[in-house]
Amino acid sequence: MSAKTTILTLPREELVYPGNRACAGCGLSIAYRIGLKALGPDTILVVPPSCLTVLQGLFPVASTKLPCLNVTFASTAAAATGLLGALKMRGRQHTKVVGWAGDGGTADIGIQALSGAAEREEDFLFMCYDNEGYMNTGVQRSGTTPQGAVTTNTPFKGKQQKKKDVPAIMAAHGIDYVATASAAYPLDLYDKIRKALSLSGTKYIHIHTPCPPGWGFEPRYSIKVGRLAVETGYFDLYEIEQGMLRLTGASEKLVEKRELVPVGDYLRSQSRFRLLSDEQIAEIQAQVDTKWSGYYRAAGQAAAE
Amino acid sequence: MSGQNTETLAVTGNEAAAEAMRQIDPDVVCAYPITPQTEVVQLYAQMVADGKVSSEFVTVESEHSAMSAVIGAAAGGARTMTATSSQGFALMWELLFVASSYRLPIVMTTVNRALSGPINIHCDHSDSMGGRDSGWIQLYGENHQQAYDNCIQAVRIAEHLEVRLPVMHMYDGYVISGAIGPLVMLSDDQVQDFIGPFTAVNPLLDPKRPVTVGPFDGLHGWYFEHKVAQNRAMDRALKVIQDVADEYGELSGRHYGLFEPYRLDDAEIAIVVVGSTAGTTRLVVDKLRAKGVKAGMIRMRVFRPFPHAAYASALEHVKVVGVLDRADSFGAQGGPLFLEIRAALYDNDPRPQVLPFIYGLGGRDIFPDNIEQAFAVLEKAAQEKGRTSTGRRYLNLRED
Repeated sequence: MSAKTTILTLPREELVYPGNRACAGCGLSIAYRIGLKALGPDTILVVPPSCLTVLQGLFPVASTKLPCLNVTFASTAAAATGLLGALKMRGRQHTKVVGWAGDGGTADIGIQALSGAAEREEDFLFMCYDNEGYMNTGVQRSGTTPQGAVTTNTPFKGKQQKKKDVPAIMAAHGIDYVATASAAYPLDLYDKIRKALSLSGTKYIHIHTPCPPGWGFEPRYSIKVGRLAVETGYFDLYEIEQGMLRLTGASEKLVEKRELVPVGDYLRSQSRFRLLSDEQIAEIQAQVDTKWSGYYRAAGQAAAE
Repeated sequence: MSGQNTETLAVTGNEAAAEAMRQIDPDVVCAYPITPQTEVVQLYAQMVADGKVSSEFVTVESEHSAMSAVIGAAAGGARTMTATSSQGFALMWELLFVASSYRLPIVMTTVNRALSGPINIHCDHSDSMGGRDSGWIQLYGENHQQAYDNCIQAVRIAEHLEVRLPVMHMYDGYVISGAIGPLVMLSDDQVQDFIGPFTAVNPLLDPKRPVTVGPFDGLHGWYFEHKVAQNRAMDRALKVIQDVADEYGELSGRHYGLFEPYRLDDAEIAIVVVGSTAGTTRLVVDKLRAKGVKAGMIRMRVFRPFPHAAYASALEHVKVVGVLDRADSFGAQGGPLFLEIRAALYDNDPRPQVLPFIYGLGGRDIFPDNIEQAFAVLEKAAQEKGRTSTGRRYLNLRED
C-alpha cells in the first residue's frame, strides 16, 4: 500500500458544504466529508433515502458539490448500474460512480440490487455507512443492529439476534475489494477509498458510524465511541482481497499489542445497551475474545511462514 | 438494411417490438425476463450479440432494478428502453413515479398480462391500468403493426421538449405478442431520421456542472408545484402525440389519432374498446350494420393523457355507449376506461348513457357472440325510455 495519508496531505478542497442538516456529532458527516475528498470531483453519487438525504440538504439547497442521483430505498446499486451504462455510451469511463447508502439501504432493502450488481461485476464503489439502525426514521432495528441494542421497535429486551455480517456477504460474491472502516478513523477510510478506486469491478466499504441520538451518547463523544468499538475489538478494521482477510490500521496494531480494552467500556458508553446485564456483557466479551484468538493465531502462522 | 421497404413480414408481436427497438438502437437497455415479454428482450440480446445495435445491454436481477437502472442511465443522459409484463410491471411500480417526476424520457414496451393471484400468464390490462396514475404516457396498440409503430413514435413523444415524460406502449400478451401477424417496417435510416439524435436535459454526467436529481424536498418545499408542472406537461402531450402521429403518417402511410373511430358518424350505439379485441369488435359492427343496426365503435389508443374533450365530441350524437374494459377496478362502478369515458361525457347535453362491460380477465376468450351480447344490451337501452342500470356486466363469465 502507498504512503498513508496524513492530516497534512489530505486534499484541502471541500466537496461538502458546512452548515448542513446533519445532527451534532454525526459520524456520517465526518465519513462523508473525508470520503468525498477521497472520491474527488470526477464522481457521481447515487443515494437512497437515508440520513444522507437529509444531510445533503433540502431542495433547493444542496450541501454536496458533486452530481447526485436520489433513488428509492431498494434501488441504489441498480441505478448505479444504469449510470455506468450511460457513462460508457458517452465515453466517460473515467468518471467514478459511487453508491452511498445506510445500513438499511444496504443490508436489508438494498441487498438484492447490491448483490445483483456485485454478481454482474459492475465497476463501481458501494459505501455503506453503518449506524446500526434506521436512524432517520427514529431508531428502528436493522439487519446490522447489534445484539442487545435497544431500538424503538426492540424496546423491552433489545435486539435478540446477531448483527448481519454484510462485508462477509459481499466478500462471498468474489469481488476484488471489501473493506471495513470507521468514521472515528477518517484517514484510514480515506486510504481505503483511494485503494478501492484504483481497482476495477465492484468494491465495497463498510463504515462503522457512531450516531449520538440513535446510540445514546453525547455528541462530543462520537470519535471516542467509534474508537472504543475498535480498541475493544468489537468492530474490526480490515480489508478482504482475493478472499484473504487482513486487519488494518488500529486493529492491526491491536494484534501486535495483544491488549484489548474491555468490551464493557464500549457497551456502557451508550444508553442503547443499557439492558445488558454484566453476564451478557461477559458473554459478548467471550465472543470477542474467541474472534481475536483467531486473529492472533492467524498472525502467528503468518509470522511463522 | 436501409432504403425503402414495403414488403410485408410475418412476425410475432414481440418480434415487431424488438425490430422497432433495433432500429431505435437506444444507448442503454436494462431488462429482466417475464412471460410474455421475454421474447422481446431475448431477441434484443441476440441483436446486441450480433452487433446489430450498439446499446449497452444490462441483464439486471429484477424488474425493480431494471427500472432503477434505466432511471440511472436516463438521468445520466442516455436514451433508454426497457420492457416488461404483469408482476414485473407491478414490481417497477414505485420507480414508475420516479421516472416520470424526474422527467426522464424512458420508453417501455409493456406486453399486457394479468396480475397474480392466482398466477396467470395470459392477457388482460390490469398491469398497465394499475400504472395509469404514475405519470407515464400510455399508448395502447391493437396489433403487430401498432406494436412497432407505437414504439417508434413513443421515442419522439417522450423526448419532445414540451413533454419530457416517459412513455409506455402496450399490446396484448399472447394474442399479439406470441401470435404471428403482418408487419411493414420502415427502413433503418427512416427510423433514425424520424427519431433524431437524443439530447438530455441537465444530465448528471458533467461533474463540472453538478446537478442533484430528486433531492429531499422539505415541508415547505416545491413538491406541489413540481407535480402540477408534470401534469401540465401531460396536457401538452396530447398535441405532441397527434403531431408525431401526423408526421409518422406522412412517412409511413399509416395514420393514427388519439383514438380510432369506426362507423361512428351516424351511430346510435357504440362500443369503446382497447387492444386486440378491437378487431373482433369491428367485425361485429359490420355484421350489425348489415342488419341495419346503427352500431359503431372507437378503439382507444391514448389513455394517458386522456383526450376527454375529443371523446365528448366524438360520442355526442351516440345514445348509448358501452365500454369494454379488460381490467376490473375493485369496488368501482366499472373498469378504468369506463370511468374515464363516463366522466368525459358527463357535460354532454344530451348526455349519452355509458354502460360498463368487463371481459377477458386472465386471458378469457372473447368471441364475436360476446360482443354482440354487449351491443344487444346497448340496443335495448337505446330503445328504453328510462336510463338503464350501470351495474358492471361481465362478458363470457362462466356463472352468467
